[in-house]
Order: sequence, then C-alpha cells, then structure tokens
Amino acid sequence: MKGVRHYPGFTAIALGCLLVLYAPMIVVGIYSFNGSTSLTTWGGFSLRWYADVFTGEEAERFGMATWNSLTIAFMAATVSTVIATAAAVAMVRGGRFRGKAGTFALINLPLMVPEIVIAVATLIFFSTIGLETGYLTVLIAHVTFCIPFAYLPISARLQGIEGTYEQAARDLYASRWQAFSLILLPLMAPGIVSGYLLAFIISLDDFIITNFVKGAGMETLPTAIFGSVKQGLKPNIMAISTMLLVVSILFVTLSYLINRRGQKTLVQQGDRA
Amino acid sequence: MAARRPGERSLLVPLLLPTWAMIGVFMVLPVGVMALYSFLTREFRGGVDWTFSLSAYDQFFFDRGLFGDEAPRLQWAYISIFWRSIWQAVIATVLCLLVGFPTAWFIATRPARSRGVWLFLITVPYWVNLLIRTVSLRFLLRDTGPLNQGLMSLGLVDAPLPVVNTNLAVQLGLFYSYLPFMVLPIYAAVERYNFALSEAAADLYASRWTTLREIVLPLVKPGIVAGCLLVFVPSLGAFLAPDLLGGAKTFMIGSLIDEQIKGSQGNWPFGAAVAVILMTLVLIALVAYARSVTRERSA
Repeated sequence: MKGVRHYPGFTAIALGCLLVLYAPMIVVGIYSFNGSTSLTTWGGFSLRWYADVFTGEEAERFGMATWNSLTIAFMAATVSTVIATAAAVAMVRGGRFRGKAGTFALINLPLMVPEIVIAVATLIFFSTIGLETGYLTVLIAHVTFCIPFAYLPISARLQGIEGTYEQAARDLYASRWQAFSLILLPLMAPGIVSGYLLAFIISLDDFIITNFVKGAGMETLPTAIFGSVKQGLKPNIMAISTMLLVVSILFVTLSYLINRRGQKTLVQQGDRA
Repeated sequence: MAARRPGERSLLVPLLLPTWAMIGVFMVLPVGVMALYSFLTREFRGGVDWTFSLSAYDQFFFDRGLFGDEAPRLQWAYISIFWRSIWQAVIATVLCLLVGFPTAWFIATRPARSRGVWLFLITVPYWVNLLIRTVSLRFLLRDTGPLNQGLMSLGLVDAPLPVVNTNLAVQLGLFYSYLPFMVLPIYAAVERYNFALSEAAADLYASRWTTLREIVLPLVKPGIVAGCLLVFVPSLGAFLAPDLLGGAKTFMIGSLIDEQIKGSQGNWPFGAAVAVILMTLVLIALVAYARSVTRERSA
C-alpha cells in the first residue's frame, strides 16, 4: 500500500517533465564545446567557439550588444526596484484606500497583456510623440515592464513583516523616516534584492518588446542573437547562448537563496519575539 | 495590521505616483493610442494619415473584390490565421495540462523540505531567455540534430523525423515555453488539498482514479483553470516559437503583427487593428476566468 498520495505514472511524468525542460539547454551547453565547424558532428572538446565570441568577426557586434544589455538591465532594474518598493509600502502598509484595486490591476497589467501587444503599442506611442527609437526608448520600456517583476517578491516579503516592528520604533520616538530606513528597510532587504535580481534578468532576457522599440542600428544581446540565428544557426551562437543561460541561472539561484535565507531569519526573529 | 497614525495617508500619493506615471503613461496610454491608430488611414510610405477610417478592420474581415464594387464577402485569410493561433494555443494548453498536473501532484506530495527545490527546478527554465530556449529546441529537433541522430543510430528510424517547420514543432515549442506556468498554480491548489479526503474515499472503496475524478479534480479546479489561462494567453500571441520552429504554413498572430509593423510592406493601422483584436480575445478569456472565479466563490 503506497497511500492515497501515490498515482502510478505521475512520478515518471514529473521526471519526464524536468527532462523536457532541461534537455534542450543541456544539449546546447554540451555542443557549445564542440571543436568542429559543423553544428552537429562532434569534433572533440574545445573552447574555440567561446574564443570566437570574443575575437571572431561578430565579436564587436556582440560586445556592443552585451554592453547595451547590461547597462539597460542595470538601470531598468534599479529604477523599477525603487518604484516597486515605494508602491509595495503603500499597497501593503496603506490599509484600505480608494483606488487600491485599480492600482493593483495597473501593476499587474504588464503581466496580463500579451507582450506583442505592448510592443506594438509602445512603438506606435513613441512614434506619435516623436521620440526617436533607440537606447532611451528601450530603457523606458524596460523600466515599465520590470515593475511587476520587482513588485511581486518585495510585496510578498513585506506582507510577512508584522507592523509591530515599526510601531515599536515609532513609540520610541523614531521619526517616520527613521522607522522606515532603520527598521523596515533592513527587514525588507531580502525581498528587495530578490526583486532587483528578477527585474535584471527580465530586462536582460527581453526580446519581443526590445525588438520593436530599439530602432535600426541599436542591438541588445537577444536581438543580436536573433539576427544571427535568422542567418543560420552557427556554433558561436551556442557558445554565447550558453553564457547567457549560465548568467540567468546564476541570478535566479542567487535570488532564490537570498529569499530563503531571508525567510529563515524572519522565522527566527518571530521565535525570539 | 498596524494602527494608522494621522498623516500617513498623505504619503500614499507620492509613493504610488511613480508606478501610476510609468505604467499609465508608457503602457495604458500607448494601448489607447494603438487602438486609435487602428482607426486611421494608412499612408503610402508606411506612416499614417490622421483621418478616421475603418479600412483596417474592413481589410481584416472582408474581401471587397478588386475595385470594391462587389458586395463584401467574409475574407478568410486573416481569420484563419487567428483560428490557427487559437487552435495551436489550445493544443499547447492541453499538452501542458496533461504533463503539468501529474508534475504538480508529484511535487505537492514530496516531503515539505524538498518541495522548494522541486519548485525551483520547475521555475528556473522560465527565467532563462525564451529566445535561447527556443533556439535550443530548434537545434535539438533539427533533421540533423542530436535527437534525430540519436534515433537513427539506435535504429529506431531510418530517415530523420521531419519535426522542424511543422505545426507539431510549434505546439512543442509553446508547450516547452509555458509549461512552468501550468505547474505552479496547480501545485498551489494541490498543496492546499486535504489528503484525508482521499483516505476517506479509499475507505469507502473508491478507486484511486475515481477519487481523482470525483474529489480531487473539482477541488483543485481553480488552479487548473488559472494554469490553463496562463499558458493559453501567452501562447496565443507568441512570436518566437512559430517564427523559429515553424515555417510559412504555421504563421500565427504574433508573426502577422510583426510583419505588418516591422516589415517593408507594413501597414501600421492594420497591424494595430490585429493587435486590438488579439487583445480583445485575451480580455474575453480573462473576463470569463474572473466570472468563473466569482461564481466558484459564491457557490
């Protein structure tokens, strides 16, 4: 008797599901170390395509695109995290107020509308107000769609922090700003870091919206990769994809670990209290 | 909830203003402008003429013949692209459900300590660049790709299975892209499920599958519906999977919009109209979902 929780075949499907999710990425990771110029004939282990990414004929294009991607992700994540933190404080600590449901819907809007619709709308909007598409328009679009991704972990964290901490601070004559910056902000920190990292990856990964609002001549890493793939799959694409893949997984893992540690400290503080 | 001190409400507006401004000005307003655009006249050099016209919608739905004198007939070219997109999204959703439910169930029945790790493993692919994941899938499925080579060297097939550039490849691509969206809400629902109900059913001689059908499924239905919505909506407007895995025969809404807005033969009012129609479909799905949730709660 294996209990009512067990259904025959479910375990196999779950493991198969993980296999399906990871297999393509693992295969590309393996083939990125292929020494052969052919895509699929194995020519022994080699780092030549990684070297090619940095020194090959597309190196300059990829370098520029990487620079754009990283600077945009850095700025978009920073700005959207600040905006989302302010919004989370108001939404979670503000009690009931008029327009709360509407604000909630507004924050979640970027998650509900299909990306391609946002992409078209943003491009048409920039063109109508006469703002030339390029670095700035990409940055503005990224800040906007990163807000909900930064908001989710921050507000989840804030909901887990009882109001008594700030109240105690205020009772001991802390100013409102002191109660926020000395008490609430350190408690929120794991949520904020986690939100920042998620916003960073979302910005780094975005293709569809960027592709519409970037204008001619400007590239981010995903649009540069897409351009190359359209010319035909080449081994250097496997190498650069693997690098981007590793960066994303590293960031998500970091975000996950910080969030988990944060939850543990919150529980311990709760036990002590 | 902490007691409110006087004066704290005055902070609400400055705290929320940046969010309202950014999303309001750079997302809500643009969607409005796009809707307006869809009612404008196309100018020949890709721009628009600011005169009201229904020609974009007319072009979408009707065929007026060469000189426009004939009575309008429904024109199927664009409607069939929508129909195909809906169909592809439905198949992807069903595939995700068939795999996602057992997976979510499996995770929810693990010991509490290891559940976090399983969930993490399911979410990681979501955060990996969708473009790279789709390219990887194309590489894996190619005629000369590792999958076909493996099958051929094992002697299971004589010639490569032609998967890339078919509807099946697009369906697999959508399934692969959005699978985590199905698992997570179902997991959340199964985790709240009280397994004592299953034990009670077993005591009353119900088989496992009867219990699943009669007791578990009705109780976790909200999670299933949410998961289906989260897979269906992005699949409907997907661009990368049909573009990179499909061919000319698998043209979907996303590619149509892209072609009209970015292509050299583009027509912005028409592209905007297609986007508006897509958004309307999504809204219908969302409203239907919201109504099913409220009905569930009031029942």
